Amino acid sequence: MTNSVEIKKLDLHFGAVKVLQDLNLDIGKGEFLVLLGSSGCGKSTLLNCIAGLLDVSGGQIHINGTNVTWAEPSERGIGMVFQSYALYPQMTVEGNLSFGLKNAKLPKAEIESRVKRASEILQIEPLLKRKPAALSGGQRQRVAIGRALVRDVDVFLFDEPLSNLDAKLRADLRVEIKRLHHSLQNTMIYVTHDQIEAMTLADRIAIMRGGQIMQLGSPDEIYGRPVNKYVADFIGSPSMNFLDGRIQGGAFHVGDLSIPLDGYDFAGGSPVDADATIGIRPEHVVTGELVGNAAFQVDVEVSLIEPTGSDTLIDCTVAGNHFRVRMDGQSRVSLGEKLRIGINPSMASLFDAKSELRL
Amino acid sequence: MASTRPNQLFRNKSAKIAAIPMIVTALFVFVGGTAWTIVYSFTSSGLLPRLKWVGLDQYERLWDTRKWLVSIENLAIYGLSMLVLVFVIGFILAALLDQKIRFENTIRTVILYPYALSFVVTGLVWQWILNPEFGVQNIVRGWGWETFTFDPLYNAEIAIFGILIAGLWQGSGLVMVLMLAGLRGIDQDVWKAARVDGIPAWKTYLFIVIPMMRPVFITTLVLVVTGIVKIYDLIVAQTGGGPGIATEVPAKYVYDMMFQANNLGQGFAASTMMLVTVALVVIPWAFLEFGGSKNRG
Repeated sequence: MTNSVEIKKLDLHFGAVKVLQDLNLDIGKGEFLVLLGSSGCGKSTLLNCIAGLLDVSGGQIHINGTNVTWAEPSERGIGMVFQSYALYPQMTVEGNLSFGLKNAKLPKAEIESRVKRASEILQIEPLLKRKPAALSGGQRQRVAIGRALVRDVDVFLFDEPLSNLDAKLRADLRVEIKRLHHSLQNTMIYVTHDQIEAMTLADRIAIMRGGQIMQLGSPDEIYGRPVNKYVADFIGSPSMNFLDGRIQGGAFHVGDLSIPLDGYDFAGGSPVDADATIGIRPEHVVTGELVGNAAFQVDVEVSLIEPTGSDTLIDCTVAGNHFRVRMDGQSRVSLGEKLRIGINPSMASLFDAKSELRL
Repeated sequence: MASTRPNQLFRNKSAKIAAIPMIVTALFVFVGGTAWTIVYSFTSSGLLPRLKWVGLDQYERLWDTRKWLVSIENLAIYGLSMLVLVFVIGFILAALLDQKIRFENTIRTVILYPYALSFVVTGLVWQWILNPEFGVQNIVRGWGWETFTFDPLYNAEIAIFGILIAGLWQGSGLVMVLMLAGLRGIDQDVWKAARVDGIPAWKTYLFIVIPMMRPVFITTLVLVVTGIVKIYDLIVAQTGGGPGIATEVPAKYVYDMMFQANNLGQGFAASTMMLVTVALVVIPWAFLEFGGSKNRG
């Protein structure tokens, strides 16, 4: 697979504030890459640098093999979709789609065919003569995607495109963006703070923090083998349970409990004796009949119940730490009830207590 | 329990009571005064108002008076030039100030400052600046350009443009501030989208940003136009209407007639004509702004 976008040693600082530091990222042709992080992590800034809307302080950006570090946004072969839609309000949908093309002095027939194709793909043909004010949020965002589509480019940039929509529309349009990616096979770079969007859409996710990429990998890798405690905590809802303890003699000791680590896949061999943190996702804690098969079992008391319909979340205490367990929505539990839970170390994550890196 | 709808007249009583003084003032002073003026414009009132009807005589005399015709012509020249230039200058200044420059607050204050001065001060300052003896002309001649001539206030042909310079100096700051507020209200993503689309900055301003600023433009237009129509003190301070009657304006004609020439009827007729002018501007605007909301996209 050849690379569509290459980012080499990218630096960006505003005065003394370093926003991006020595950032390297290769994005393959036709790949869907999601930049994920909490606000202020530099993900939108990175996207703006790729688009050419921000001047970088150092490093290079290559798109389709060409160095475009100092090229104008319109010359980079990108299309961009913004959170606030950024449509031109006094133009019709058709005007919005064609304004850039007319400005580039494309032949009329070409403009018409491109607008027609884009509006067919996005099913906005009936709206062509309307103005943005007469459209719903979902329709406006479709038009905004259409404006990127007519540019006939290889790289699409999305800057939190679904954040202004309500939950149901967001889910619908998310599916549509995924379908669009399947049919167009374009490279797409997508910025979001919503991990569900990231997990469902991405071929690869780049988790960003403090202007750096913490982990770059498939949604599976990010979810199953987070490289550090931050990533483990950030991904997954409800978030991972952490217990601070000590690895000694092939087991993890926390309080008076000892969790055997036989099934755990250590990245660099098992440490003999070290302070560590174990992370267990609430959905990986087993309950009911399955507990018998778990490598480690403990009795807990239910202190809070949160039913969500499909699942029920249970709050309890394990070795003095707050601990959450996800159960099937059908299970019946009551407050104060004693519950036996099981943990399989192969599904857990261990982190060094100091460096917070995965062991 | 009463199930009928309460009388609308007695809802929000305290707010309505509080508004009464202003309603009374508006009705008696503004509406009443206007009606009274219109009525007496059809009389032969001299020093004191009296109800001796003369029909349209005052208006016929008004439109036969050269001073009034010159006033109208001056207002048209000054008004059109002022309107166009104050918008162009104000918008360009605002666009330049909107480039994330340093010392923006200082520059904004400096440019807005003339607006804080009264027209009388502005008029006097510019009378001195444009005076050939010790103003711009004198300074440039002092640099060695002996034949340089710049004395608009002493040349009847172009005296009104001398007033225009002072008017622009005073008024551009306000337009700039209003336009700057309008520009700041534009979503930055629209600018980004236009850049990705490859649209040059001037086209983005012309076809995207300015149309988005329509409400700001209309508000500014109303402020500027009313300012133009009622121009009086600037003229009095700067030229006194001279040289000759070269810089007479309608408001000054009204004042002169009413309080210098002891001819109230003539003054009333002139001010009624001014009212008609303002109404011709404001009524279509009010219809556009408040009436046609259904048609706006």
